[in-house]
Amino acid sequence: MSTIFEKSVPGRIGYRLPEADVPTEPIESLIPDALLRKEAPNLPESSQIEVVRHYTKLSKMNYGVEDGFYPLGSCTMKYNPKINEDMARLAGFADAHAWQGEELSQGSLHLMYDLGEMLRQTAGMDAITLQPAAGSQGEMVGMMLIRKALEKRGELGKRTKIILPDSAHGTNPASAMICGFEVMETKSNKNGKVDLEAFRANVDDTVAGFMLTNPNTLGLFEEDILEITQIIHDAGGYCYMDGANLNAILGHARPGDMGFDIVHYNLHKTFSTPHGGGGPGSGPVSVVAELAPYLPVPVAVKHDDGTYGLDFDRPDSIGKMQAFHGSFGMLIRAYTYIRMLGSDGLKSVSDHAVLHANYIKERLKDTFNLPYDETCMHEVVFSGRGAVEGAHMTDIAKRLLDYGIHPSSIYFPLIVPEAMMIEPTETVSKEELDEFIDALKAIVKEGKQDVNVLLEAPHTTPVRRLDDVKAAKELILRA
Amino acid sequence: MMHEFIPATDADRQAMLDAIGAASIEELFVGIPDEIKARFESLDLPALTELETRQQLQALASENANPDQYVSFMGGGLYDHDVPSAVGHMLMRQEFLTCYTPYQAELSQGTLTWMFEFQSMVCELTGMEVANSSMYDGASALAEALLMAERVTKKKRFAIAKSINPAHRQVLNTFQWAREYEFIEIPFDPQTGQLDRAAVKQAAQESLAGLIVQSPNFTGVIEELSGLKDMIGDAFLVVSANPMSLGLLAPPGQFGADIVVCEGQALGHAPNFGGPMLGMFATQKQYIRQMPGRLAGQTVDKEGKTGYVMTLQAREQHIRRAKATSNICTNQALLALGTTIYLSLIGKHGLRQQGELNAQKAHYLSRELNAAGIETKFNGPFLNEFVIQVSDPQATKEKLVSKGFLVLGADTLQLCGIDDGLLLTVTEKRTRAELDQLVSALKEA
Repeated sequence: MSTIFEKSVPGRIGYRLPEADVPTEPIESLIPDALLRKEAPNLPESSQIEVVRHYTKLSKMNYGVEDGFYPLGSCTMKYNPKINEDMARLAGFADAHAWQGEELSQGSLHLMYDLGEMLRQTAGMDAITLQPAAGSQGEMVGMMLIRKALEKRGELGKRTKIILPDSAHGTNPASAMICGFEVMETKSNKNGKVDLEAFRANVDDTVAGFMLTNPNTLGLFEEDILEITQIIHDAGGYCYMDGANLNAILGHARPGDMGFDIVHYNLHKTFSTPHGGGGPGSGPVSVVAELAPYLPVPVAVKHDDGTYGLDFDRPDSIGKMQAFHGSFGMLIRAYTYIRMLGSDGLKSVSDHAVLHANYIKERLKDTFNLPYDETCMHEVVFSGRGAVEGAHMTDIAKRLLDYGIHPSSIYFPLIVPEAMMIEPTETVSKEELDEFIDALKAIVKEGKQDVNVLLEAPHTTPVRRLDDVKAAKELILRA
Repeated sequence: MMHEFIPATDADRQAMLDAIGAASIEELFVGIPDEIKARFESLDLPALTELETRQQLQALASENANPDQYVSFMGGGLYDHDVPSAVGHMLMRQEFLTCYTPYQAELSQGTLTWMFEFQSMVCELTGMEVANSSMYDGASALAEALLMAERVTKKKRFAIAKSINPAHRQVLNTFQWAREYEFIEIPFDPQTGQLDRAAVKQAAQESLAGLIVQSPNFTGVIEELSGLKDMIGDAFLVVSANPMSLGLLAPPGQFGADIVVCEGQALGHAPNFGGPMLGMFATQKQYIRQMPGRLAGQTVDKEGKTGYVMTLQAREQHIRRAKATSNICTNQALLALGTTIYLSLIGKHGLRQQGELNAQKAHYLSRELNAAGIETKFNGPFLNEFVIQVSDPQATKEKLVSKGFLVLGADTLQLCGIDDGLLLTVTEKRTRAELDQLVSALKEA
């Protein structure tokens, strides 16, 4: 596929600006020549239809949620309702400047406050910030909150360690490190959960906190969670929950009831805001009362007179994380989604996410090795080891592309060899589930007959397997 | 009861439960301890229909200022530029809107190709050698620039212009605390509004990790970037630029910048009450392995066909975990795509025209204001933003709002140490009539 640069023809334009309707002066008399650009940036020159066709063509080389099943584990690729997009584009919201003042922003602030309350209560926590731009920034905020709390307690130099399980998302250790903590991994037991004995041995008076995804990245609920959070609290640390898997427990359980002190949400996972090819996300963070004073400024509040505002007067706050108030456009979409589902609908989301994952587990457990054979939550992790002699999980995944299905996440979590992590979500139909299951069975069957069909896959995509090594060696990063 | 987002019927549920061998869905939640289930309290929120939801959201949106009733002169890092219709329509294509990060390259060539194009355009605009495929916003991109400068120089002391966007400065302050940085504030010249170069020279004797400058700065004044790199030696010159200006103004790369960051919202996006935004990040090739963020690289497939993949992933958190260059996972993909399309439409010469048109209108307004006896606070060169001198800015602001004009509050400039000014921003959307009306309103205020 050629780039828009290669299609450029000198002289063409895709957009026109109006003539100046004010008296003009030569530009050099307004801005000194030394500050002016001498050579135009090499941007494309294309007519509007060429630009539209180019990006339409590019879009057809992608695969979206509306193309078909997208069982990417840990990403919650559910349907993104169309109404979300319309609501986010209402002029009153879209044209609002972040600094137009509380009086002229009551609609935005009202929405932020109400959404904050809904999310806070969903997790059973005491206070919330909507500011983090994504889950990873939410994690960073969480680590900074712990840092601030320790500073207030005069224990910053003493408590230096963040513990997390070996099945954790890679963002967890990276976020902890940036906030100046050391990271210690604690191992999983044979059931894929935190090994309590090893965990207890890792906890001492240098522990600052513990990060956990629950249900964990194997799709299993940490049944010892009350004991785990108690151990950390007894040692003087804080418990952080990575909310990547909240889609499993809506309407059933709340992180606050499990002993967590901090939780982040991924609105782009659980609450249906579109992934956009990798952003924008939104990663609100809720906390227990003890940590509330440290939340980033500003916080959306409801005044006694019933109006809404932004509270900047928070002297113990860790500060700001974003220039303005977070991914407001994403907040509108999440609010829309929650209103349409209501509390019963949210419970139904998790009911069906879990039902679908267990259905896949049952129907595929004779085809793939199931390292942890127990009732799962919203996702199931298989191992591809031994499924097809001579083929890796990546070969099976690539072959799925030929069946018109987006592959599941592979090689994560790291503790399962040849992992395949399947998250069907609630928005898939039974027919699509059956098609997916049949496709995987067919792939294993054809692989056993001729492994090359898998090794050579994909056969039908716009490009075949790409040379990653060449890309990293030659580093061609611009046109 | 059925819901339009969940396809399963009673028959589907029964068939799946039978296959699993469970009597009820509730049974599948056996992993959650009873004690935790017993504590559960429901949100108690009714489910609205699409119609009811739309009515509710429309009511909320109307609680904000009606954009038809106000003329905006607000900017300060969040701009009201025209967005061609084609941008929004392309972003609504579900293949762009709903897809995930391009981990499966064969089925993500659309995303990977535009990422490559975006990186190219950021390099062109900034005059830098390499750019990543976006960051969360201009402020967090600036924070990432500090983290990177620290990684390369192994130092923690930064000289920071007092004239950078105060909201960005507040974000840097958060990182200052978390990373234990030392900040030396560089004042601006009270006449020109430009960086106090003597103060830079003095700070440079302190063994710096970097010098942080914004141009045009928060007061709208264009900085003299020439010679700064020589003054600070091995320390990083980090420039935060308004990318709309870069069709007209000399790119920071020309003056030896080590990192250039931009807030990209001005290129193809509505203000959206301040988010989502778009961080742009560019550096020189020698530092590429220390650069944060996703990168698309060109390669070939097994048949020799050109294609794109995510590359240098060994820097990233999902591979390197605690040793990653950054904790960020995704980026602001959809906004970066919008900016790529915007720049493709406006094209090689259009961006300069855009800068000139903005500058002509802003300078017309400033001349008219001066003629009416309202002074501009700084005499340094500016593009489309400038500060006017008023004795009681908050009162003036409120009077303007009551007449239908939106301007930034006095509090933002106060954070830069200016308590007798208002910042005015003029985009191509403002007509001469609106500019003249603002002059009259200010004369009366």
